[in-house]
This record gives sequence, C-alpha cells and structure tokens, in this order.
Amino acid sequence: MEKDGLKKVEAILIGGSAGSLDVILRMLPDLRRDLSLSIIIILHRSTTVDNTLVDLLSSRTSLMVKEAEEKEKILPGIIYIAPPDYHLLVENDRSFSLDFSEKILYSRPAIDVTFQTAADVYKSFLVAILLSGANADGSEGLVAVQNAGGITIVQDPADAEINYMPHQALLKLTPAHIMKKADLAGFINRLPF
Amino acid sequence: MIDYKVVQDEEVTVLLDDLLELYGYDFTNYSKASIKRRVNRLFSLDRFPSFAEFRYRIKNDPGYLRRFIEQITVPVTEMFRDPAFYRTLREEVLPILGTYPLIRIWHAGCATGEEVYSMAIMLKEANLLHKSLLYATDINPEVLERARKGIFPLSQMKHYSENYISSGGKNDFSSYYSANYDMAKFDTVLTGKMIFATHNLVSDRSFNEFQLILCRNVLIYFDKDLQARVFQLFDESLDNLGFLALGSKETLRFSAIASKFKQVSAKEKIWRKMA
Repeated sequence: MEKDGLKKVEAILIGGSAGSLDVILRMLPDLRRDLSLSIIIILHRSTTVDNTLVDLLSSRTSLMVKEAEEKEKILPGIIYIAPPDYHLLVENDRSFSLDFSEKILYSRPAIDVTFQTAADVYKSFLVAILLSGANADGSEGLVAVQNAGGITIVQDPADAEINYMPHQALLKLTPAHIMKKADLAGFINRLPF
Repeated sequence: MIDYKVVQDEEVTVLLDDLLELYGYDFTNYSKASIKRRVNRLFSLDRFPSFAEFRYRIKNDPGYLRRFIEQITVPVTEMFRDPAFYRTLREEVLPILGTYPLIRIWHAGCATGEEVYSMAIMLKEANLLHKSLLYATDINPEVLERARKGIFPLSQMKHYSENYISSGGKNDFSSYYSANYDMAKFDTVLTGKMIFATHNLVSDRSFNEFQLILCRNVLIYFDKDLQARVFQLFDESLDNLGFLALGSKETLRFSAIASKFKQVSAKEKIWRKMA
C-alpha cells in the first residue's frame, strides 16, 4: 500500500512509553526539513512537572514542536505532543480535542485513544508507529489504524529498550513493518506527502 | 478490551437527537470524538447486543438514562488536582475574596464534588468558610447526590493528601474526614456551606452573581460555539473584579469576553474581570 506513490500521507502518529523518548530524540535530527505532514507524539510520562519535553524535542529539529491544544487545527509541518494527563483526540475537522476521562491501561494520555480517533479521521492517509514501552497501550490503536487502511509500524522488540509494548502489539496484529529505530527517519523521509 | 467503534457516527447522532427531543439534554455542541468514544465505551461496558436495544433502553428506562448521562459527561475529578493552581487560589485569590462580607463561589460542572470540598477546606483554613456559600452545579443529578454526601473512596486519600500538601495545606489532611471501612466521609462543617443544584450550562441561564466561578475540564468537551455561549454566561454571572478559574488546558484567550479579563498569574488559568 505504501508503494502507491500517489497516495499521500497526512499524519504520522508515534506512541511510546518507557524507552521511547531516546528513539524519538535520535530520529528527529534526521527528518527532512520540508516534511509537510503532521506528526503527533503520544508519550506516557509523569503527570507532574514536565513542561520541558517540548523544549527538549525542539532542540533536535528545525520543525516546529508544540503541545497539542484543544480545538487547535492540525497543520502539516508541525510536531504535536500530547499534553500530560489528558487524552488527545482527533476530530473530524482535523482539529484536536482533549478529554480528562478515565485512564486506559493506567495511561492518560492513552496511545489507543489518539490512534483510534485519528484512524477514524485520516483513514488510509495515516502512519502509526509504536515504540518501546512496558505497557500494553497502543496495540488496539494500531489495529484501528490498520483496519482503516493506514500503515502500521512496530519497533523491532529486539531493538527496543523495553520490548513489552512492541511484543503486545505483535500478538494483536501483523504490522506493515517491524522496524529498527535507526531506520525510522529514513522511512518517514521517503513517505509521499 | 472495549470496542470503540460499534456505534457508528450516524447512530450517535440519532441518540443525541433522542436525548434532545425527549429529555431536553442538548449534546449537539459537544466535541464529537469524545462523545463518540463515551457512547461506545458505555455500549461495550453494558454489553448491549445491538444499537436498537441500546437506544430503546435510553428512551424507555429512566434509571438507565441517568446512567447514560453520567457516563457520557465524564464525571472524573480529584481533590486538589493541579496543586499549583490551588496554591495560587489560596495565596492570591482568597485574600481578596476575604474582603467581601459574603463570598459566593460557583463550581460549574462539579461532577462528584471533589473540587468543592477542596475549596471548602481552603476557605476554612483561611477562616472564611463561615461567610462563604459554595454553589455546586452539574447537569447530572446522580453525581450531585454523591457530591452532597461527601463520601469518597478511602483509597484516594493518600493521593489527595499529597496534592493538599503541595497546594500549601498545613494541616493533617485526615482531620477533615472520618474513615469508615473503605470510605472517607468529609466533615459536615464543610458540606454545611454547599448548595447543590442541577444546572445545564448548555441551556440554563445565570442564577446569581459570584466573586469566583470555577469551571475546570468542562469546556474541553464543548465546541467553540458552545464555549462562547458559556463564557458569556460566566461573564453575566461574575461580579465586577470577580475571578474565573478554568482547567489547565483551557483558556479565555481568543474568546469574545477576553478583553474584559486579566490573567491573574502567568502560569495558572485564573482570570479577573476588570470591566
């Protein structure tokens, strides 16, 4: 499906928990500067003081990095981070909404919630990547992306700092790609947008 | 695992139309993705075999209607959530409120009331509770019933106590409740100053004037039109120089009433009405 050169990708979702931040930090500097699609990152993190993530990611890329705000239009060329302690949802009009409902699999933001709502909206014009983590969040979301015709990628468990999250995903689906962290940026750079 | 997508978009619209037509509950200006998730979550949790059955139950079983409303409107809240926010209230807002002979506070969309009890505790510590009235409203009568009782799970108290301390609380948090089995019942001195009533932010009007309105993590579920209407309602319900407090990811910026308000602290979502 990804070989279809005419099919454009509108958004890339990246979900991860323990051990995934390093993967993202390593990937960011290698992304092309003219990447004209939206990247939405959902990381499990401590709910307390953690406003430094945007700064940290910004320091590794020339693309704009910002925390996703409620009702904000999702634009290409921007890397959005899910705010701590809220679920991040994608609306039909391609804007974000936030939700403070129950944690899912002990997680808020839950990767599943963003993946599922984004799959509903972006359908096949979507790539979802699930990285390292010690939690089963994200698998259901990947299935949703796959069912909607999107491209699914799971970090190779052997390459993941914590392999539980990728393992759980691989029990639930056969993703389009199982990928090492070193190959992510190259893959994204070659996506049609 | 909850199947998030059994009830289709068109069916969600059908349900929302039923609720408006039969009961006057208007969810049509709620954020769609969130409503859809809540509807699907409930459908799966309650194991309905079909959408038709789900719809029939909502239309014909008043008890189930109450559950539906409660579950759709996300009654998730905590005591002293965002301790820094409470610290700002405690240090910068309460001293000003203390200059009024009678302090009227409105918790709009209070759910099960944890924030109302947090406020009552701070007022008591500031020696202001005796001259305060806390109006606590929600769309949902079920949660108000729970709020009125002031009984919360004991298992939450460790977390709430930590929040309380980081908000600047100096007392022993456990002095505010008595533990009974696995529940904590809060002191009736606190409850005595609370007035609980159903109020629907979508359709009901202003009912009093307040010096402080708190509405936290409610507006995130509303679309922009509805947010604008609710901001108008808050403006009408606030005294001059009154305060409006929102959730940590909500903002008055970009709203039609923004020019009348000034943000109290750069970090916390508290505004003061200046005109």
